[in-house]
Amino acid sequence: MTNSAASKSVAERPPLIQDIARIREDFPILKQTVHGKPLVYLDNAATTQKPQVVIDTLVRYYTTENSNVHRGVHYLSEQATQDYESARTKIRRLLNASDDCEIIFTRGATEGINLVAHSYGRQHIGEGDEIIISAMEHHSNIVPWQILCQEKGARLRVIPINDDGELLMDDYAKLLGHRTKLVSIVHLSNSLGTINPIEQIVEMAHSYGVPVLVDGAQAVPHLPVDVRRLGCDFYVFSGHKLFGPTGIGAVYGRAELLDSMPPYQGGGDMIKSVTFEKTLYNSLPYKFEAGTPNIAGAIGLGAAIDYFTALELDKICAYEHELLKYGTKRLSTIGSLRLIGTAREKAGILSFVIEGIHAHDIGTILDSEGIAIRTGHHCTQPVMDRFGVPATARASLAFYNTKADIDALVKGLDRVLEIFS
Amino acid sequence: MSQLEELYQEIVLEHYSRPRNFKKLEGANRSAQGYNPFCGDKITVYLKIEDGVIADVGFQGSGCVISKATASLMTESVKGKRQEEAVEIFHSFHNMLTRPPGSDFDNERLGDLEILAGVSEFPIRVKCAVLCWHTLRAALEQKHQTVSTE
Ligand SMILES: Cc1ncc(COP(=O)(O)O)c(C=O)c1O
Repeated sequence: MTNSAASKSVAERPPLIQDIARIREDFPILKQTVHGKPLVYLDNAATTQKPQVVIDTLVRYYTTENSNVHRGVHYLSEQATQDYESARTKIRRLLNASDDCEIIFTRGATEGINLVAHSYGRQHIGEGDEIIISAMEHHSNIVPWQILCQEKGARLRVIPINDDGELLMDDYAKLLGHRTKLVSIVHLSNSLGTINPIEQIVEMAHSYGVPVLVDGAQAVPHLPVDVRRLGCDFYVFSGHKLFGPTGIGAVYGRAELLDSMPPYQGGGDMIKSVTFEKTLYNSLPYKFEAGTPNIAGAIGLGAAIDYFTALELDKICAYEHELLKYGTKRLSTIGSLRLIGTAREKAGILSFVIEGIHAHDIGTILDSEGIAIRTGHHCTQPVMDRFGVPATARASLAFYNTKADIDALVKGLDRVLEIFS
Repeated sequence: MSQLEELYQEIVLEHYSRPRNFKKLEGANRSAQGYNPFCGDKITVYLKIEDGVIADVGFQGSGCVISKATASLMTESVKGKRQEEAVEIFHSFHNMLTRPPGSDFDNERLGDLEILAGVSEFPIRVKCAVLCWHTLRAALEQKHQTVSTE
């Protein structure tokens, strides 16, 4: 969702703020107090809270269905397999992929990127080849490529960003060339909030025949994602940032590519037949799912996707955009505060520094007020270096946040300033 | 005084905004760098050692209140001490920060460092307070690599 699209839908259909109170009821953790104060949870980019249906689904699975998938002929295994596979279908629909076999379960976005680096990367990237990433990548979209480059004698190229935290597309155009073998780029930056122009990035890469991996860890919970419209070749995300359990996520890969790729790990489930002379690999997606998977996690993620999609994504986007605008306005009234990440196309993230006050102290003081934010480098050290700060404080939003949460944040920051005055 | 007020008491904030011995030490014969990747704190500790005594000490770097104020207080406490004594002060300081909540500690060697006792109520911040000490120890042992609290 772009800013303009969001503001348009705001005008047409004001976000149903009265619904938010009801939505908050679905999240038991939000009723807690922390240090005697009501919890204000503004660390959604780190992980999101879980609605009761997700928690209940996990309990129900372990209480009535627990068994291994794809292995048993008995009733429980059949039920578990059915639910596990229907979670895959839910992911396929969420991302608008064309076939369930294009959805591979992983532990999360990190494992998804490593899967592609290991399998596609090792197969296609050689000495002198280049991989393009950007200056705003999470460490999980830097380190796997560095490892691969080191192993193969390939080179990592980095698209620079401007002072607002936007990609310099002209530099990207210049980096692309016959040596480029892969582009791997974040959809929505976790430390800046920037939404990258994925369609354009993909189109430019494809004109050189170069495939594109998109890190959607932050995008999936906040933006409509249509992998076919984006045109990307791989898309990864984590369930725990989408109101689902930890330890589960998925990779979308175009079937044609996945088919031609070697397995990621060897083991049970990923084979058709094994003899000591020869092993036949299983078909997609099982070729990439060795061993007993996180069955409960997958089914829990399925429940989270059902919950999330029922809320209607365009309403969520418009509402979150309103919150972001409100938060930006409120924070801008603090003179010594500087927002890091001011892209025109932006969602959900308020990253900032306050002159003379370390982010860590901000975090501790806010915590004493029951306000949970993240402080540090957010696994994006190169972004911190780019903006010349050791760390930032980051408030990250979800649809269950309210203007009252932002007000609490601003009041908490007043307390910070008071202590340091 | 609330735990937070104790942590950010005036004297601590004063050491943060006007740290003592905050300089690159001329004539230093030992130095080491410390880095806390968790919060991005960086510190360099400089020592002038004469006959096993810390004749002078300085530090530079950036960090949060706890890390900077501790470094400032540390330099005051170890100046003029024998190397072994400095290490013993570190042990006492470490014990104070990692003691069970509400329990007593041995303050014999601590002097002004005692004002940081409240850090023990914020376990996640203990790292910030020990970074400068690990760096000091690396300098004493003349380790040249960067030390890290991770
Ligand atoms: C943009 C981005 N990419 C990747 C990741 C890694 O996700 P996970 O740790 O769930 O694998 C994160 C998580 O913080 C992220 O924000």
